[in-house]
Amino acid sequence: MKFLSDRALDRLRDGAEIPDLAGTPYRLLERVARGGMGVVYTAEDEKLQRRVALKILDVPGRESDLAKRLLREARVLARLEHPGIVPVHDVGTLADGRVFYAMKFVEGLRLDRYIASVNSIPDRLRLFLRICDAVGFAHAHGVLHRDLKPANVMVGPFGEVLVMDWGLAKILREGMLRSGQEVDPEATIFESLKSPVAAGGVTGISEVTEHGTVMGTPGYMSPEQARGDVQQIDARSDIFSLGALLRFLLTGKPGQISAAASPRIEKSLAAICAKATTAAAAERYPAVQELALDVSRYLDGLAVAAHRESIIEKTVRFYRRYRFFILLIAAYLVMRVLILLFMHR
Amino acid sequence: MTQGDEQHGGDRFPPTRRSVIEAARSIDSEERERALEALCAAYWKPVYKYIRLRWNRPADAAQDLTQGFFMELLERELLDRFDPKKSRLRTYLRLCVDSFVMNEDKAGRRLKRGGNVLHVALDFPGAEEELGAAVMDPAAIPSPESLEEFFEKEWVRSLFALAVEELRELCLAKERERTFLLFEAYDLDGNERISYEQLAQEYGIPLTDVTNALAWARREFRRIALERLREICGSEEEFQREARAAFGWEAK
Repeated sequence: MKFLSDRALDRLRDGAEIPDLAGTPYRLLERVARGGMGVVYTAEDEKLQRRVALKILDVPGRESDLAKRLLREARVLARLEHPGIVPVHDVGTLADGRVFYAMKFVEGLRLDRYIASVNSIPDRLRLFLRICDAVGFAHAHGVLHRDLKPANVMVGPFGEVLVMDWGLAKILREGMLRSGQEVDPEATIFESLKSPVAAGGVTGISEVTEHGTVMGTPGYMSPEQARGDVQQIDARSDIFSLGALLRFLLTGKPGQISAAASPRIEKSLAAICAKATTAAAAERYPAVQELALDVSRYLDGLAVAAHRESIIEKTVRFYRRYRFFILLIAAYLVMRVLILLFMHR
Repeated sequence: MTQGDEQHGGDRFPPTRRSVIEAARSIDSEERERALEALCAAYWKPVYKYIRLRWNRPADAAQDLTQGFFMELLERELLDRFDPKKSRLRTYLRLCVDSFVMNEDKAGRRLKRGGNVLHVALDFPGAEEELGAAVMDPAAIPSPESLEEFFEKEWVRSLFALAVEELRELCLAKERERTFLLFEAYDLDGNERISYEQLAQEYGIPLTDVTNALAWARREFRRIALERLREICGSEEEFQREARAAFGWEAK
C-alpha cells in the first residue's frame, strides 16, 4: 500500500472538498467562505444565467442533524420574504450525497468591515434600524435568529442590509414549517412566548425534548443562551444580541460601554445598549420594534425610554433639536434690542 | 428529510456499510471476525506506530503487542463496552492500547500471537520504513503531549491509504488505469510543480480529459474514504464528527 506523505494528505483533503455539481444547473465559480456547517461557494446558474451562492454541507447524508438544520434554514429563509433577509432559490442533494441550498449572491461587505467607512453615528444608527427591521419581521413570523453579530450582516453596494446565516434560527410558531416536515430538534422547542411581539399569534404550541446545547457567539449571546437554557430563549435573546451589535456599531466592541473608553457615546445611546443587554430578560426591551423606536427617537432628538434625563440634559437636547429656531429667535431678539437701542439714541 | 426533496444529481451516494461496532456485537462469529478485520485494516498501523513511539518498544515487541491487542479486542469483546455517546472509537481504542500494554508489562508476558487468526496482512516492515522516515525528520517526532495528535494523524493516513488502494482497484476494474496514474501523479506524489498541462502533454491527451479524470478520481476517493469511515464509526453523529476531523473541515 502506498505511503501517503503529509503533503499528499493535504492535497487529498483539498480535492475531496470540491462539491460534485453534476446533474445540477450550477457551475462552480469560487469558494467564498467556510462556516460552521459547510462551505459557501459562488456558482453560475446556467439555466437562469445568474450568479448564486451555494451553501453546501461537508459531510454527505440527508439524515444527519446538520443536514436537517441546513434544510430547515433554507425553509425558514424561503418563508421570510423581506428585503433584509437573503432569499433562497433552490434546495437539494448533490450526487455525492451533500445537502445544499442556493441563495441570492450578495455582493457587499460584512458589517464589521463595512462600518470602517461609516464615521457618522447617525448613519450607523440608520444601518442598525434596517437590521432591526429584518429581525423584527422574522420575530413577527415566529422566527428567532439566535446568532446576530456583525459577521452575519452584509451591507450591499447601495447600502442595503441583509441579515445572513439563519442556521441557528429557532422556530417559535408551528405554522412556519408545514406539519410532517422534519426539523432540527434543537430548534423546535415550541414554548409559551413571553415576548409580546409574538405572543399574539401562537398556535398549536407543543413541547419537544430540548438539548440545552449552547449555540451562539460569545459577546453577542444572551446569558440564557450562554447557559443553554433553551426554555428561556425568546425574542428578548435576539434583542440582547441587537444591543451588543448596537454597541459594536458605536464603539467597535460588543462589551459594556465605559464613559472613559467611549466619551463620544451619549448617555442616552449607552442607556439603550444597556437596556437591550440587561442580564435579566424581563428588563430588556420586550420587542425589537421598541428598541428600534428608542433609537429612532434618539435620531429625532427626542427623549429615549431607556434613560431618564436631568434638567440640563433635557435643555441640551432641546437646544440641539431646535437649534435653528432658537438661534433664529435669538438673532431676531438681538436685532430688536439693537434697533431699540439705536432708536433711543 | 422528506421524500419530496429534490435530488439534483441523482443518487450516486451508496447505502452505508454496516458499522463495525454493530457487527462486533453480532451473535454470528463470522460477522464479528469481519468487523475485527475491518477495524484492524484501518487501525493496525496507527496502533503499531503508537506502541513504538508512546511505549518505546522495539519493532518485534511492538509487532507482537499490535497483534495481541487486536486479538484481545476480539477475545475480551472490548468493542461491546464502547459507547459512542461517551467517546470517539479512535480515543477508546487508544486508551485500550495503553491499558493493554500496561497489563502486558505487569504480567511480564511476551507471547507470540496473532498468527493465522488475523486475516489482515500486516506489513510491519512497511510500517517500520514509514516510521523510520518520520523518525529521521526531527520535526516529525511527536512529543509525549502530542501523541494523541500523532495517533489521529496516523489514523487519517491509514484511512486515506486504504481508500487510495480501493480507488486503484476500482480504476483497474473499470479499465481506468490512466485515471489512477494521473491522480497518483498530481495528488499523491507531492510534486507541487506539476500542472494539468504537463500531465496532458505527458499522456498525449486533451487538457479536459485530465480535468475530468482528476475530478472523477477525487469524487471516488472521497466516496470510498467516507464509506470506510462510516464503517468504523459507532454512530451517525460520530461519523459526522470524524469525517470533519479526518478531512480537516473543522480547522479550515
